[in-house]
Amino acid sequence: MTKSKLINLLASRFSQLVYQDTELSVKAILDAMGDTLSKGKRIEIRGFGSFSLNYRPPRLGRNPKTGSKVEVPEKYVPHFKAGKELKDRVDK
Amino acid sequence: MTLTKADLSEILFDRVGLNKREAKDMVEAFFEEIRNALENGDSIKLSGFGNFELRKKSERPGRNPKTGEAIPIKARRVVTFHASQKLKSNVEEHYSGKKA
Repeated sequence: MTKSKLINLLASRFSQLVYQDTELSVKAILDAMGDTLSKGKRIEIRGFGSFSLNYRPPRLGRNPKTGSKVEVPEKYVPHFKAGKELKDRVDK
Repeated sequence: MTLTKADLSEILFDRVGLNKREAKDMVEAFFEEIRNALENGDSIKLSGFGNFELRKKSERPGRNPKTGEAIPIKARRVVTFHASQKLKSNVEEHYSGKKA
């Protein structure tokens, strides 16, 4: 399922709204979620799951093309943990 | 502060102009449609944000950490999330070197 399919499903649920409002809503939700993580904050959606950042320490990597060593700096990567309802529903 | 469904409803009320009831229902329905698709075995691709995928895990031996008793962990289906390149680089750019 893609974003546009999701917008269409929601638009048919919310037939009292104009299509653009549903489209804007989906974009606003995803933007807010992305902005939250970019600021280093968590997202907690009861029944769905939580998003947080995991720390990756600095390491010495290699450029696969040239084989030369490169310093890979520390960073944070997004992480999702499914909530109970979602876990149960995908595993029936 | 952690982002919750209440915050997302507030954003839809402020920025999209939905009324409070619609905003709350929209946020609920957004996550429900994603859960539905995953429940039906469909993966989700949200460009600019990331993908939710399903993985089949086979049975493996486990242990009760309290008693040390061996108990098999049954085969199951789990959801994984892969952040998009855009989300990953936004997180790195705005948040590198700071404490989570």
